[in-house]
Amino acid sequence: MNAQNNTSALSAYFLAEVSDKTETHTLSVLVDNEPGVLARVIGLFSGRGYNIDSLTVSETEHEKHLSRITIVTTGTPMVIEQIRHQLDRLVPVHKVTDLTVESQRNNQDKPLERELALVKVVGSGDKRLEALRLSDAFRATVIDATTEHFVFEITGRSSKIEQFISIMKPLGLVEVSRTGVAAVQRGPEGL
Amino acid sequence: MTREMTGAEMVIQALKDQGVETIFGYPGGAVLPIYDEIIQQEGLEHILVRHEQGAGHAAEGYARATGKPGVVLVTSGPGATNMVTALTDALLDSIPLVCITGQVPTHLIGSDAFQECDTVGITRPCTKHNWLVRDVDDLPRILHEAFYVATSGRPGPVVVDIPKDVQFAKGTYQGPTSNPSVSHKSYRPQLKGDAQAIRIAAELMAKAKKPILYTGGGVINSGPQASQLLRELVSLTNFPITSTLMGLGAYPASGANWLGMLGMHGTYEANMAMHDCDVMVCVGARFDDRITGRIDAFAPNATKIHIDIDPSSINKNVKVDLPIIGDVGHVLEDLVRIWRTSSLKADATAMKAWWEQINAWRARNCLAYAPNADIIMPQYALQRLYEKTKDRKTYISTEVGQHQMWAAQFYGFEEPNRWLTSGGLGTMGYGLPAIIGAQVAHRDALCIDIAGDASILMNIQEMSTAVQFGLPVKVFILNNQYMGMVRQWQQLLHGNRLSHSYTESLPDFVKLAEAYGGVGFRVDKPQDLDGAIDEMIAIDRPVIFDCRVANLANCFPMIPSGKAHNEMLLPDEANDEAVANAIGAAGKALV
Repeated sequence: MNAQNNTSALSAYFLAEVSDKTETHTLSVLVDNEPGVLARVIGLFSGRGYNIDSLTVSETEHEKHLSRITIVTTGTPMVIEQIRHQLDRLVPVHKVTDLTVESQRNNQDKPLERELALVKVVGSGDKRLEALRLSDAFRATVIDATTEHFVFEITGRSSKIEQFISIMKPLGLVEVSRTGVAAVQRGPEGL
Repeated sequence: MTREMTGAEMVIQALKDQGVETIFGYPGGAVLPIYDEIIQQEGLEHILVRHEQGAGHAAEGYARATGKPGVVLVTSGPGATNMVTALTDALLDSIPLVCITGQVPTHLIGSDAFQECDTVGITRPCTKHNWLVRDVDDLPRILHEAFYVATSGRPGPVVVDIPKDVQFAKGTYQGPTSNPSVSHKSYRPQLKGDAQAIRIAAELMAKAKKPILYTGGGVINSGPQASQLLRELVSLTNFPITSTLMGLGAYPASGANWLGMLGMHGTYEANMAMHDCDVMVCVGARFDDRITGRIDAFAPNATKIHIDIDPSSINKNVKVDLPIIGDVGHVLEDLVRIWRTSSLKADATAMKAWWEQINAWRARNCLAYAPNADIIMPQYALQRLYEKTKDRKTYISTEVGQHQMWAAQFYGFEEPNRWLTSGGLGTMGYGLPAIIGAQVAHRDALCIDIAGDASILMNIQEMSTAVQFGLPVKVFILNNQYMGMVRQWQQLLHGNRLSHSYTESLPDFVKLAEAYGGVGFRVDKPQDLDGAIDEMIAIDRPVIFDCRVANLANCFPMIPSGKAHNEMLLPDEANDEAVANAIGAAGKALV
């Protein structure tokens, strides 16, 4: 997945800007919800050696059969511009927005980004109590439990979820399922 | 018009409604309903090839030689997988191709049925778009959309995969919509360039001291009008002009401002002018690695203007200063109008000095080679072929390798759409089917495939197609018994260890031609060449011309991998030592 970084000295395709620092951007892609559309998007990333840090997809406008794909990706500014244009020329793609660039244009730090995770923790005694107390501090909710385990539901920025998971590790973490990032722009404007 | 018909009938009707006259194909189980309709109709000609890859390249040749989309019909499974090379070739060279594939019946999809493959999955990365048609009522819309997507914007190949039960099913046929660009829900290529950007471009060009026009296949794809406008722009500005392999013919090779092709095997004057220019106007080209050489030494002092219809071509390999997204024809029209109607003028004093410099580079005579009285030099063979055919309506295709580069260097193209070659993918075996496609479109023209002895064997079976349909194509083989370009790279990069680049048992090409029902020639003396070429032209049947050339000739000038435009290897400098040391350790890893 890091083809852009490794081959700079050797490839005929290396970019002058390859030494540029890599940035993480969140892209929103509005597509026709038709068979194969997700494969087109993912195939583009794997075929051209771009990174996918996170990807979420679901139909968001049922009457128009439009799905919204949110992709978090890393690359140099030139690569990220390429990703945007390459996505845009896929036939079923209606619109590609780089939410990170849009935020910067509006003098904001980042777009609104949230993720949901289900975290299963097994334990007893002090560890079990500690897990429950910490989940409260993180505003996670218990959605399933026995005397041996909890399943917590937690929502927030990816960094918060990372932190929660790492705290739960020594307390009996056995399983995590994450949705990936959903994102929208701040302010009254729509996509 | 709307009326009830079967899916198979819809395919024929849609092709006719789209103005298709010729299709290239090969039958098989999953397309039999469509073939059953083909034989019961008139007006749509079907050219039966001998291998599906041949159908794909023939359709590419047809498209390139006419400006219309090429159409292919093949069966499921191996029929579809054999098309993959041609589809990829068309994608990289932006050739409009509509490929219809049969598929196993819908209820068998996913069951590993006989001759089943995931055609839309396999062809997704090698098409501009593809469709699997599950409902006969979607078929007419998808077929018309396929033509629109293939031919508009940056052209490219599309696949429509039709299961056999959909071909039998009855539905309502609808004709094409009058304005597909408005009715399509998401696909809208941008044709007009930004007016302000075009104005800035004109001003930059007027201020330039050392300008150059670097043009590509986009000019050809935009239609003959774009080539006319380009010629007008050159005569208005007196700028020097060079072109990529794909763009040859947009500006005439006999034109005063023509510098020849640029890039890895381009001319000294073109590459030096690219390196030293201060304003570069890239028109419908994409800064391919064969063109740029070492990226960080590419035209280091130039302000770069890039006109392209595909936004993803902008800043992909080379960062440009002024992108203009739009169709080359539209943008050139605006540019020419601004240049005509405003007071903008090229800097005459600077241009005089620039042309003096360019003429000094030209005097280097970079395509010179040592003539030989006993052995045919490949360059000489092409010079004679050019002299003997230039005054006719001639179409030239090539395979891939040394002969292709020599053809680009030594055959002068005066018109667009006359030159058919596999540029991006570099597909050996392209030339013979491609020239068959051109000959189908232009029955009265002289159609020549300039080939190598190795490449021609990759699709030699299409000789049988040429004979069956009375297509008098000429295959002009520069036979040196080597995969010449492979050998040249082995000499440059691998210590002259010629691993598997010599063909020990080539067929007798004369007998081979005769076996197919064509005519064979063999010439190995320079003095016999002219007469034999005349004779070849006079024969109204397919010909294989086995031209035995100097076995060890190499193709120069050459920008060795990893080097800059001004570090070219010229023919008279390319002694063994220079060749052996031309490429450094880093360059060896490049393609």
